[in-house]
Amino acid sequence: MARIVGGITASHIPAIGNAIAKGLAGDPYWSPFFDGFPPVRAWLDRVKPDVAVVLYNDHGLNFFLDKMPTFAVGAAAQYSNADEGWGIPTVAPFAGDQRLSWHLIEGLVRDEFDICSCQEMLVDHAFTVPMQLFWPQGTAGLRTVPISFNTVQHPIPSPARCYRFGQALGRAIASYPQDLRVVLVATGGLSHQLDGTRAGFINKAFDEMCLEKIVDRPEELTTYSSIDLVREAGAQGAEFVMWLAMRGALTGTVRKLHSNYHIPISNTATGVLLLENTADV
Amino acid sequence: MLTEAPPQQPVPGTIIFDGEQAIKGYALNKMCFSFNSRINRESFIADENAYMNRYGLSDEQKDAIRKRNVLALLEAGGNIYYLAKFAGIFGLSVQDIGAQQTGMTVEAFKEKLRRAGE
Repeated sequence: MARIVGGITASHIPAIGNAIAKGLAGDPYWSPFFDGFPPVRAWLDRVKPDVAVVLYNDHGLNFFLDKMPTFAVGAAAQYSNADEGWGIPTVAPFAGDQRLSWHLIEGLVRDEFDICSCQEMLVDHAFTVPMQLFWPQGTAGLRTVPISFNTVQHPIPSPARCYRFGQALGRAIASYPQDLRVVLVATGGLSHQLDGTRAGFINKAFDEMCLEKIVDRPEELTTYSSIDLVREAGAQGAEFVMWLAMRGALTGTVRKLHSNYHIPISNTATGVLLLENTADV
Repeated sequence: MLTEAPPQQPVPGTIIFDGEQAIKGYALNKMCFSFNSRINRESFIADENAYMNRYGLSDEQKDAIRKRNVLALLEAGGNIYYLAKFAGIFGLSVQDIGAQQTGMTVEAFKEKLRRAGE
């Protein structure tokens, strides 16, 4: 049976893609951010996942506002990156796992999450940047299933809905008959706001509370409405819903093995979290 | 049974990009979406007015594009993720547009971000 080995999270700012391309990881501005990743990479080397299920939000590369699915599940053999318009270098494609994708689609729909299935899907920086951060040597041998959440156009799915989506996803993964080690990757956040006269809003106290509660008391974070999340974490801080979905998928007991929090990278308070799934399934 | 959405307090300094904004900003956001492609970015630079006409922007949207005014673009229905692609044409970062929207210098805006970490 497939087993979820744990969940890992990272912010996904486009500027990180440029910093990686220019080799700036050791630069004083960047190092407090990049230094958050070696413990996660060491853990990945140890648990050797076969598949990464990546929970992220598309920012107008694959989806436009003409058709905006709330949850979209990749079902392709391969996922390509492409020009997003602001000059981040395009990275090599990522391998898919179509059988697992369709198993997850079946499970999610059976659990009443009426997702959009995508046999073609471009993945933007919100997918590629965290993958580069966690697997800097490349993702050879790793298969991926991208799942895109709408955090672009309100109404966006609520924290409670995303947490339950994660629970359904976790059940679907656990019922896959093949022996696979699966890691959940959630991207985005933490607090930040790009638009309006409130641009530059960051809420350290709220982020720290989220980083603490998501480990052992995630249900308490599901009482916020989407607009509450915009108010507390900033307009784009609402991306935290993907972290909650990741947490929902980790059944049973989790152990926090590592976290990092740094302000600012670009306009964003950045967070990294490594939760190991200790439940026997 | 249809449940009524609970009343939400507005968030200061923030336009929630909802259905109303999505309707108002559709042409503008569609134009900005087209800037994913280099050929389209070049074609916009070559003749901004012709390009805006092709996408059917309103006068308010055209004016805001000509002035590179982010707050006016948001007011006209722009979605920040798409407007970022417009800003990218001119090499403007999210800190540049953050400074513009808050009426600060870029240095002061970066300092504000840094101090949020203290």
